[in-house]
Amino acid sequence: MSDYIIEFKNFGFKYRAQAEPTLYNIDLKIKKGEKILIAGPSGCGKSTLAGLMNGLIPFSYKGEMTGSLLINGKESREMSIFDISHIVGTVLQDSDAQFVGMTVAEDLAFALENDCVSLNEMKERVKEVANILDLGTLKKHAPGELSGGQKQRVSVGGVMVSDVDLFLFDEPLANLDPKTGKQAIELIDDLQKKTGAAVVIIEHRLEDVLYRPVDRVILLNEGRIVSDTTPDELLSSKNLEMCGVREPLYLSALKYAGVTIDPSMHPASLSDLVLSAQDKDKVRLFYSQVQNIKDPSVKEEMLEVKDISFTYEKAEKRTLNDISVLVKKGEMLAIVGTNGAGKSTFSKVICGMEKEDGGEIFFLGQNFADLSIKERAEHVGYVMQNPNQMISKVLIFDEVAMGLRLRGVPEEEIKERVEKALKICGLYKMRNWPISALSYGQKKRVTICSILVLEPEMMILDEPTAGQDYRNYTAIMEFLKVLNERGITIVMITHDMHLMLEYADRSIVFSNGEIIADKSCAEVLTDKETVERASLKETSLYHLALKCGVQDGTAFVQNFIDYERGNVRRNV
Amino acid sequence: MYNIFNYIEKRSPIHDLTGATKLLCLLLWSLAAMTTYDTRLLAVLSVFALVLFPIGKIKAKDVSFMIGFTVVFLVLNTVLVYLFSPHHGTEVYGTCTYLWGLSGHFAPTAEQLFYQLNYILKYFATIPFVLLFVCTTNPSEFAASLNRIGVSYSVSYSVALALRYIPDIQKQYHEISQASQARGVELSKKASLINRLRSASSILIPLILSSMDRIDVISNAMQLRCFGKNKKRTWYMARDFKPLDYISIIVCLLLFVTSLVLTHLNGSRFYNPFI
Amino acid sequence: MKKLSVKTIVAIGVGAALFFVLGRFVAIPSPVPNTNICIQYGLLSFIAAVFGPIAGALAGLIGHFFIDFSYGWGVWWSWVIASAVFGLLMGIFCRKLKIDEGEFGKSGIITFNVGQIISHLVAWVVVAPVLDILMFQEPVNKVFLQGLTGAAINIVTTAVVGTLLCIAYSKAIPKKGSLKEED
Repeated sequence: MSDYIIEFKNFGFKYRAQAEPTLYNIDLKIKKGEKILIAGPSGCGKSTLAGLMNGLIPFSYKGEMTGSLLINGKESREMSIFDISHIVGTVLQDSDAQFVGMTVAEDLAFALENDCVSLNEMKERVKEVANILDLGTLKKHAPGELSGGQKQRVSVGGVMVSDVDLFLFDEPLANLDPKTGKQAIELIDDLQKKTGAAVVIIEHRLEDVLYRPVDRVILLNEGRIVSDTTPDELLSSKNLEMCGVREPLYLSALKYAGVTIDPSMHPASLSDLVLSAQDKDKVRLFYSQVQNIKDPSVKEEMLEVKDISFTYEKAEKRTLNDISVLVKKGEMLAIVGTNGAGKSTFSKVICGMEKEDGGEIFFLGQNFADLSIKERAEHVGYVMQNPNQMISKVLIFDEVAMGLRLRGVPEEEIKERVEKALKICGLYKMRNWPISALSYGQKKRVTICSILVLEPEMMILDEPTAGQDYRNYTAIMEFLKVLNERGITIVMITHDMHLMLEYADRSIVFSNGEIIADKSCAEVLTDKETVERASLKETSLYHLALKCGVQDGTAFVQNFIDYERGNVRRNV
Repeated sequence: MYNIFNYIEKRSPIHDLTGATKLLCLLLWSLAAMTTYDTRLLAVLSVFALVLFPIGKIKAKDVSFMIGFTVVFLVLNTVLVYLFSPHHGTEVYGTCTYLWGLSGHFAPTAEQLFYQLNYILKYFATIPFVLLFVCTTNPSEFAASLNRIGVSYSVSYSVALALRYIPDIQKQYHEISQASQARGVELSKKASLINRLRSASSILIPLILSSMDRIDVISNAMQLRCFGKNKKRTWYMARDFKPLDYISIIVCLLLFVTSLVLTHLNGSRFYNPFI
Repeated sequence: MKKLSVKTIVAIGVGAALFFVLGRFVAIPSPVPNTNICIQYGLLSFIAAVFGPIAGALAGLIGHFFIDFSYGWGVWWSWVIASAVFGLLMGIFCRKLKIDEGEFGKSGIITFNVGQIISHLVAWVVVAPVLDILMFQEPVNKVFLQGLTGAAINIVTTAVVGTLLCIAYSKAIPKKGSLKEED
C-alpha cells in the first residue's frame, strides 16, 4: 500500500470534444492527512483535476489520458467510479443538486442504500454522522426547510458515511454568506482532524480558505501547475497576480503601504503575521496620507420607500416589516444580509413582482402603486443572479430586442436602440452570435443589456458576481461602474464583502425583515454587532489597522477604499 | 412549499401500514372499482372507504380542498354524459322506461338515471380511497414501496426524484416567470393564442435549459455516491410487514375477486334491475 | 429491458417534476371558457425526443399520475396511460434525431411534428377513449369528442412549444465554428 492517496505522474488530459488538452504534465502527490488548496482562475483546469480525482472523468466525461494517475496505489483507469467513490468523497458546489433524498436522514443514507447496507446498520450510521455534524434534530427536514450552510453539512455527511480517505470540496464557499462560509472552513478543518482523512479544497477565494491553515496550495493556470508550495511562500511570490487570483486584502494594503512581503512574516494568516516596527510605521503613514474623496454634490431623490411590509401566502411571519429606504439618483449601493432576511423580496416588491401589504413606493415623485410590473420595468430593471434563467432567445440581438418587441416598438427604432445598448455593453461586434457561444460573464452582460435597452433609470442586480473568479468579477463590476457613471442608479444584492468595499457607496443591511443599518460600507464592515447579525465577516483590513496601532479602524478601511478608487486602475 | 401528497402525520392503524401495503391495496381497490359496474359492490366499496377515514384519523376539513376539485369534475362529467348520450342507459340495460310521461331525445329514462347513479357511485368507490392514501402515506416511503412491489429500483428512484425536485422547479418557474413579465411577457387573454404560446415558451426555455444542466449535475452527484452500483439497493424508509399488512392486502384482494366473480355471474359488468 | 443509465433515470424524475409543475400550476387561458391549455405536452415531447421512448413514457406516466393525485379526483388511468403512450411514441419517432448534438434543422422539425401529430392522435383519439370505454363504459361519442378536442389542442401547443424548445436546446449546445466579429 502506498502512502499516497492520489498520485499524478506526468499526467495529461484532453476532452474528446476539444482540440487542445486541458491539463499538461501534472505531477502531484497527496498524502493521507494532508490539507491542500487548489486555486486558479476559471478555465485553468481545476475542475478537470477534481473530476479525475473522483472518477467522473473518464466515467461520465470522456477524453484521452496520458501519463499515470494512481489512487491508493492503483491505476485509476482500471477502477470503476464506485471503487473510487469509496476512497474519494466529493462535496459538490451545488448543494441542491447533491441533496437527492427527500429528507436529511434519507440523503445521509443514500450511499449506504446503494451499497445495500442493512436497515439497522444504516440507521445506526446515519444517527452517528448526523450527531457529528450537528444535524440530529433536522433528520426529518426537507431540503427546502434548510439553510445553505445546513445543506452543505448534509452533503458532507452524505460522503462521510462511506468512510472515505479523502474529502474533495468543489468551491465550498460559492453559495454561502460570509459567516456561513467561515463556519464551513471551520467544519472542514475539524473534519480533517477528526477523521484523519486528506482534504482537497478547490476554491479561488484564497483569503477565506486561509482562515484555517492548509499544508500546501497548488496554483494552476492554463492547464499547468504553476506552483506547489506553502501558503506563506506563495503569498510572498508574484505568482498569484500573474494568474489572476486575488490575494488577501490585508496583503494588498501592506503592499500599497510599501511593505515587502516575505515568507518569514507568515503572511498566510493575519493573526500570525509578523510586522516589524518599521512596517507598522509604513502602514500608519499610508493611512495618514490618503486623500479622501468627497462628493459634495447634493443628489436628487430617486426612489422613496415608506413603511413597506410584506407577508408571503401561508407564511406566519412577515418577510418585510416596515421597511423605509431612500435611494438617490446616481448612487451605487449594496443590499446585504443573510439568506431569507428579505433582500430579494424587497427588490421584488419594488419591481411589482410581489404586492406589498402596506406602505408606499415613490419613484421620482410618481406613486408606483399605479404601475404594472411591465411599466415599472421601464424605470427599475431587475437582473436575476443566474443569466441562464433569463435567456430565452438564440441570438444576442433578438434577446436584447425582446423587451422592446413585446412592447410593440417599431422595428427601426428597435434596431437603433438595441444597437446603442449593445455598444454600451461591448457586445455590438458579436450581435449576430448565438448566446451559447458566450462565457458566463458575457452572458451576464447580455442579460444586463436586455434590461438596459428599456432605458431604466435604476437597476437592481441580484448577486451580480456570484461564483465568478477575480477576472470575471472585475470585468462585470467595472462594467457596472461604467453604467453608473453614465447616470444609472445601481442597487446590488450581495454576499460579497469585496464587492461592497470596492464598489458600493453605501450599504443597507437587512436582518429578519428589518433594516438594521444604512451607512457606508467601511462603517458596516467594522461594526461588530451589525456584522454578526447580518452574517457578514469583519474585514481583515480592520484587524490589520488595529495590529498596526491605527486607532480608528473604520477610517483606515475608508482610506484604503479611497486609495484604491483613486490610484489603482483595474485592467478589464 | 406545496406538498403534493398532502401527507398528514398522525398515529393510526392506517398510518402504521407500510407504504407498500397501501400502494398494493390502492391498486387492487382501483382495479376492483374499475372492473365492476355492479351497484351493490360499488355501494359497499363507497361505504367501506368512508368508514376508513375515522380509522385513519383524517377529518373532512383535511381533504376539503381536494373534494372541491372532485365535485366540479364530477358534475361536469355527469352533465356531459347526459348531454352527449341521454339514452346510454337504455343501450346498457336493454330497456327503455320514460319517466313522468315525457318522451323525446332528452327525456329522462329510469335506465339513464340508474346508469348515471352508478357512474357517480363509481367516483365514490374510488376517490375517497385515493384521498385516504394521499393523506396517510409518507411521500418518502413511496419510492421504497414501489420497489417493494416489484418496480425496478431505477424507476422507483425516478419517482423519488420527481417528488424531491417538484418544489425546487416550482420555485424556479415562479422566479423566471416574474422576470419575464417585467420584460413584457404576458400570458393573459389579451394576446392571440399563438402569441400566448410563444410567451409561454420564452418562460419555458430558460426553465428547461437550466433543468438540463440540473439533470447533469444530479446524475453526477448520484454516481459519485454509488447509485447504480448493485442490482439491488436497500431503502432507509423501508419497513417490515406486520400482521395487519397481510390482512389488509387479503381484504383488498378479496374485493377484487368479488368484483371479477360478480362480473361473471351478472354476465356483464352491470347489475341489471330492469329485467 | 435494457438497464437505464443514471442520466436517463434523473431525466425521468426531473421531466416528471417539470410535467407536474407545468400541468398543475401554469394556466394559460384558452379560447374555450374554463379550460386551460396544457403546455406540458410540449415539454414531454422534448424530453422524449432527447432522452428516448422509455424516458418519455415514464416521465409522462409519473407526471400525469402526480397531477391526478394532487387534485384528489382519483387516478384516471385511461388518461395517465395515454400520456405515457404519447411519450413512448414520440420517443420512437424521434429516435433518429440528434438534438443533443446540436442538430435540429428543417428535416428535424418535420420529423418532430409529424411524429407529434401521429402520437397525439393515437394517444387521445385511440388509447384514452378506448380505455375510458373499457373501464367506465362511458358513452362512445362523448369520449371520442373529448379525445379529439384534447388532441387538437395538444397538437397546436406541441407544435409551438415543443418545436421552440427543441430549437433552443439544439442551439444552446456550443458548436465549434467560425464566429466572426462584425463592425
